[in-house]
Amino acid sequence: MIRFLIKGLLHDRHRSFFPIIIVAIGVWITVFMQAYINGVFTDMVDYTARYTTGHVKVMTRAYAENSDQIPNDLALIGVEQLMDDLQHDYPDVTWVKRIQFGGLLDIPDGKGETRAQGPVIGLGVDLFTKEATEISTLNIEKAIVRGRLPHSPGEILISDELALKLEVKLGESATLLSSSMYGSMAMYNFTVVGTVRFGVAMMDRGAMIADVTDAQIALNMFDAAGEILGYFVNRVYDDGRASMMSEEFNAQYIMNDDEFAPTMGPLKELSSLGEYLDYASNFSGIIVGIFVFVMSIVLWNAGLLGGLRRYGEVGIRLAIGEHKGHLYRSLIYESIAIGIIGSIIGTGLGLGSAYWLQTKGLDISAFMKNVNMMIPNIFRASITTETYYIGFIPGLLSTVLGTALSGIGIYKRQTAQLFKELET
Amino acid sequence: MEVIMKKTLITAIFTLPMIIWTQELPTAEEILRRIDANITSENRTTISTMIIHGRRASRTMTAKSWIQGIDRSYTEYLEPAREKGTKMLKLEDQLWLYAPQSDRIIHIAGHMLRQSLMGSDLSYEDMMEDPSLLNIYDADLLGSEILMDRDCWVLSLQAKTDDIAYFSRKIWVDKERYLPLKEERLAKSGKLLKTTEITEVFQIGERWYPKRMVFKDNLSKGKGTEFIIDSIEFNSDIPDYIFSKASLRR
Repeated sequence: MIRFLIKGLLHDRHRSFFPIIIVAIGVWITVFMQAYINGVFTDMVDYTARYTTGHVKVMTRAYAENSDQIPNDLALIGVEQLMDDLQHDYPDVTWVKRIQFGGLLDIPDGKGETRAQGPVIGLGVDLFTKEATEISTLNIEKAIVRGRLPHSPGEILISDELALKLEVKLGESATLLSSSMYGSMAMYNFTVVGTVRFGVAMMDRGAMIADVTDAQIALNMFDAAGEILGYFVNRVYDDGRASMMSEEFNAQYIMNDDEFAPTMGPLKELSSLGEYLDYASNFSGIIVGIFVFVMSIVLWNAGLLGGLRRYGEVGIRLAIGEHKGHLYRSLIYESIAIGIIGSIIGTGLGLGSAYWLQTKGLDISAFMKNVNMMIPNIFRASITTETYYIGFIPGLLSTVLGTALSGIGIYKRQTAQLFKELET
Repeated sequence: MEVIMKKTLITAIFTLPMIIWTQELPTAEEILRRIDANITSENRTTISTMIIHGRRASRTMTAKSWIQGIDRSYTEYLEPAREKGTKMLKLEDQLWLYAPQSDRIIHIAGHMLRQSLMGSDLSYEDMMEDPSLLNIYDADLLGSEILMDRDCWVLSLQAKTDDIAYFSRKIWVDKERYLPLKEERLAKSGKLLKTTEITEVFQIGERWYPKRMVFKDNLSKGKGTEFIIDSIEFNSDIPDYIFSKASLRR
């Protein structure tokens, strides 16, 4: 029976060619879009976790309220003890302290007066201790364009774009002008030993990377830090786990009404990605639904047209005694075969184009100049297990649904009229 | 004739108090001129204390300033230890900072001027601004109000040019001493940016001067900054070298 149907499809290309093209195109788009959206959102979450929020982040309540202003005057105090407590309570999470700061980086001339200056977004991270994970977390080594990693206190990396703008040479002195934790003016001399490009517009405009201890000295933040970030060991964000951890941690301080008490939040809550993440998790379902609907309508029409073309064939088959149900089922089987073939072709094309985008990426840096979110400059697709099978759902459903709708006409044919129809 | 005499008398009875009242009422410009006469001077030397009430703690700083006219000023911070030796030089619309820890002279310009001055509720821009209200604002007299038990004129000030820190101000001016006891400083949008209050005054010769002021940056959640004049000397001799970049490293 199956062999008979496939032979029919192969010999009568009009019956299969158009539906297969429709299915293949629909599946191609579905597969490609799933991989593309998955890639973009995975990168956004990953970059946000690496550079801004971790998987969970601990701050003071007052700091959390205004965290977009990086209010280091409201930073955590007694950080070493708090880090020890967190490591004890959550040993399978990597905890790191960070200080974000804003300021002006001033480059002196020979007399020690301003030669050039520009605003910087500074990041104080652990660069020197044995257990330091920040170099790999922030991909600092890969991001170096010129120079080297800081080896000694007082050495910093700055964004390559800023270095070019300020015409800073490696080894030159640079003074950070910022505010200390207690609000006073902070002026501290550093040495630029390298330049970096992270591929994130926000960082590449004016990032400055210093060791966290240097940042503590410069900003008068002894045993203090703006934030403590936690990363799950497998480096994959698990919203359920992060939310549960945050609730559990915050419950310890529920009776404490001090605005400087620590509070923990998960990435989804702390970043502006909450809605995006919800959208991303439903995206596959949405796109499959859209394509099932659209392709079903197209294939329904194709089936109706095919039904007209095969009007005589169906009439003869009914006239020679084939049951309507059997005939209807054979059309459904045909559509399943078309769906499978179209889905295989579409999935192949989708995987091919998604792989291309995964490898080459889509450079959107021209549109990112004023964006203040942790979004990579290059969008890439990401092929997952779901990418391999997602296309078969709309591919098969739409062909079966389209044929099922158009094939209803079989039941409207009157056997008594068949010979009269065939004579004409 | 008798009728004319009667009419003249009645008119005089009604209009005379108004004439006397309008003669006593100074114009808004006159009020600003008299404030400027109190606040500005050829030159002055002050020692001041600034108490910054942050959300976490309060800090006290002492500074000595040399001010010449409206264009030149030089400030050296005396206390606390971390701030000691920090200096600021203003020459017309230029500002330089010096911190002994870094031994660097840094030029402050552009949006950095809007940053907080030493973590206080004042900005560098506040410090840079022409202290003569008459130079930078047009004024309208709105009326009178009692404030801090003092009878005050209420004035609305509108900036003459766009390049100043506050587009408009509402000020309450002591009618007797001609000091702005309260100011609301607003952005072009009408948003209240800063409030200041003079809570204590003193008199030197003919001049009334603020002794204690409270600044509050309405965009921050701090508890305000008190600015206290510990001592002031008007029209003293200030050597010219003070207002040079070389003096920052002195």
